[in-house]
Amino acid sequence: MIPTKEEWNKALCRRHGEELQQKFSSATVAICGLGGLGSNIAMALARAGIGRLILIDFDKVELTNLHRQQYKASQIGRNKTEALAENLEEVAPFTELECHTVRLTEENAAHLLQEADVICEAFDKAEEKAMLVGIVLEAMPEKYLVAASGMAGLGSANTIRTRRVAKRFYLCGDGASDVSEAGSLVASRVMLCAAHQAHTVLRILAKQFETE
Amino acid sequence: MVKINGKDVDAAGRTVADYLQGTSYDPRRIAVERNGDIIPRAQYGETVLQDGDCVEVVSFVGGG
Repeated sequence: MIPTKEEWNKALCRRHGEELQQKFSSATVAICGLGGLGSNIAMALARAGIGRLILIDFDKVELTNLHRQQYKASQIGRNKTEALAENLEEVAPFTELECHTVRLTEENAAHLLQEADVICEAFDKAEEKAMLVGIVLEAMPEKYLVAASGMAGLGSANTIRTRRVAKRFYLCGDGASDVSEAGSLVASRVMLCAAHQAHTVLRILAKQFETE
Repeated sequence: MVKINGKDVDAAGRTVADYLQGTSYDPRRIAVERNGDIIPRAQYGETVLQDGDCVEVVSFVGGG
């Protein structure tokens, strides 16, 4: 039986403390791209009791996604937004979800990201990562941005790290391993990077900022 | 001198676009931060690096 919202909140408060949970449950976090990074970030944040998640991706679930992304074999062919929303609702039924099945562009970004306190860049292509970082930091200087670069291959787990590049700009990953050169992406290393991003979001909401 | 990605570079007086032209960075894959702020891409050509500036060129790689 699914617990009531009150029981759910009580459990979260017991684990996180009331003050911290209040910060999590009043936050809105946007996740741009729902692949290996985004789907895992969403799962961690929904479990942490983030109040509202804005999920943005134009793509559909493919067989080649399942080795690292939070989808099921039965969801192949479905929109990633809808499939992920379904999976998140099973895990954390009281996190509010806002789905946008569109490609994020310079034209629609301001509108889609308007209500986000923190924005996660979780795209696949380097050019799209750079584009989103540019849009957010130039046009939305009041928002926090958590981006990722470098999580391909089988390199050491210990090289994945989080850096504060600018006041409101955090970057996770090893900064170097390109999928086109490494030739692979494995769930464990992609999830490490996604966990760094999700953890950075929680630390920003708790106002525990990295010093470097 | 300008500190770029931790190294002292003799780039004071040059624009960001001019500096980038002499490097192997792909301008579509980078973000440039100076003294804590991101320099908008459209301003690379008019932003002149000053002596003592601290610059980081963040170069993105694919995968996610």
